[in-house]
Amino acid sequence: MVSTPVNTEGAVASRPTGPVWDRLSMKTKRLIWVWSFLALPILFYSVIRFYPTLQAFWLSLTDWDLMRPPVFIGLGNYERLFTDPQFWKVFRNTFTYLLIGTPISLLLAFTIAYYLDRVRFMHAFIRALYFLPFLTTAAAMAWVWRWFYQPAPIGVINDVLGLFGLPQQPFIRSVSQALPSIMVTSIWAGLGFQIIIFMAGLRAIPGTYYEAARIDGLGEWAILRRITLPLLKPTTVFLVVFSSIGFLRIFDQVYNMTTNDPGGPLGSTKPLVLMIFQTAFSSYQMGYAAAQTVVLFSILLVVSLLQLRVLRDK
Amino acid sequence: MTSALPKPAGLYRANIKPAQILVWTLLLIGGLIMITPLLFMFSTSLKTAGQVYDLRIIPAAPTLENYAKVLLDGRFMRWFLNSSIVAVTVTLSNVFFDSLVGYTLAKFEFRGRYLIFLAILSTLMIPTEMLVIPWYLMSSQLGWLDSYWGIMFPGMMTAFGTFLMKQFFDTIPNDFLEAARIDGLNEFQIWWKVAMPLVTPALSALAIFTFLGNWTAFFWPLIVTTSKELYTLPVGLSSFAVEQSIQWELIMTGAAIATLPTLIVFLVLQRYIVRGVMLAGLKG
Repeated sequence: MVSTPVNTEGAVASRPTGPVWDRLSMKTKRLIWVWSFLALPILFYSVIRFYPTLQAFWLSLTDWDLMRPPVFIGLGNYERLFTDPQFWKVFRNTFTYLLIGTPISLLLAFTIAYYLDRVRFMHAFIRALYFLPFLTTAAAMAWVWRWFYQPAPIGVINDVLGLFGLPQQPFIRSVSQALPSIMVTSIWAGLGFQIIIFMAGLRAIPGTYYEAARIDGLGEWAILRRITLPLLKPTTVFLVVFSSIGFLRIFDQVYNMTTNDPGGPLGSTKPLVLMIFQTAFSSYQMGYAAAQTVVLFSILLVVSLLQLRVLRDK
Repeated sequence: MTSALPKPAGLYRANIKPAQILVWTLLLIGGLIMITPLLFMFSTSLKTAGQVYDLRIIPAAPTLENYAKVLLDGRFMRWFLNSSIVAVTVTLSNVFFDSLVGYTLAKFEFRGRYLIFLAILSTLMIPTEMLVIPWYLMSSQLGWLDSYWGIMFPGMMTAFGTFLMKQFFDTIPNDFLEAARIDGLNEFQIWWKVAMPLVTPALSALAIFTFLGNWTAFFWPLIVTTSKELYTLPVGLSSFAVEQSIQWELIMTGAAIATLPTLIVFLVLQRYIVRGVMLAGLKG
């Protein structure tokens, strides 16, 4: 599929000296090049990105089960969604992942990056330990964690708790512990990336700032508070948004850790994307699912706009 | 990375203090905790069913029995192949098209340039989840369901990659391109032979990100594939694990097979990958 356009471009490249081509002005030739470079991408973005976006908005206003043609029902899906207690539960779950997961993971990532940045001895090795989980497949690691969370004697964590004489925990089998357990898995998976980005941010701060601060007699803590953190703001904002979007779209871990009752027990771990998945591809209520995706889109939009806002006021 | 000391060494050259040893030890312990799930996954994949409850990381009697069992079953081989085909093809496509578009937007003056750039950039705001229903509909109408193309088509070009590449092409001097023009290269050759080699760090970052993203992708492949022969590794593993339910040593073996390729690539290319992530994170 990819080789086709490559060949087309190759063909274009090999005929720059036709009689017609030679008579064209430099400017026209450039324009022909530009639009031949952009032709396929423009087609792609129109058909695979823009048209489906508009279609999703349109479908959210219809009742559609894939069998019969969509029927326009105005804002019916949204009315139904906002009066559905299940939606509000899912909404609360999603924001619990976000509001607890993001601060914890960023705090951990910053602390680790801050200290790791100064470590010289075996630096690359220790960094690799933290970074490796980022390269794993979420669906695969969800099963490893699921195994960890099993009751003794299967589950490793309960075995270890047992060794220290601590009480056994139900983890993903309990309504109250399942969501935090999945959140831990998700934080674990994303931490390495955040550490690397924080370290890149720390390194981008010019050393002269620190030297000046030392000369002014600032202590370690004052340097962190007055120099490092303010100069690191763009990195932090980027990671807050990146991590928030990640939690708002959490799916792989939840789906794989709760396959016997997706989003369970009793819907206590179900995030918005899982609800969308089930509405669309288990109950085939495509219009209703489309409305849910529009809600997700709106939430993501607000988060991104907040980022721009925060970055703009200095 | 390790050899470059961007901060004044004087700050750290002081005698090693006990506090530093403590910090180092804590960091090491934290790092070991981070890879515990991976260690247990690999260790259990080398244990027999009877040894699974043995918590030792190094198996008493390591065996490749599980790997033989899982691989000889044949399905994993197929899923591995599917994932490789999908991830490699999508990566090549992104490296080609994202950089071509990024280059065109960075280095040519033409009417509509800004509009096209904004339009592409605006697609970053649209989450995949919003597009899957239309994509599913489109795929079912065009017969793309349950095919490699069906799995791949949404990711053949990305706004992220285009933006990343444009940022890098912006930084290369026009003089180089002009010189090539005088030498009689056409615009395609100038891009491919002159501009592309100048942005290899960005290209490798883009390639790594795209490959990793597609190798681990779960949501869309889960939706678009229905027959087991076309599952990608993550989707296949998920269905396999549900089927095995309590045979954890087999599930861990499957998880290890899905995880190994990216880990091996990382161990080989560690410094490029870390640099690539930093590049993409800062520019993107």
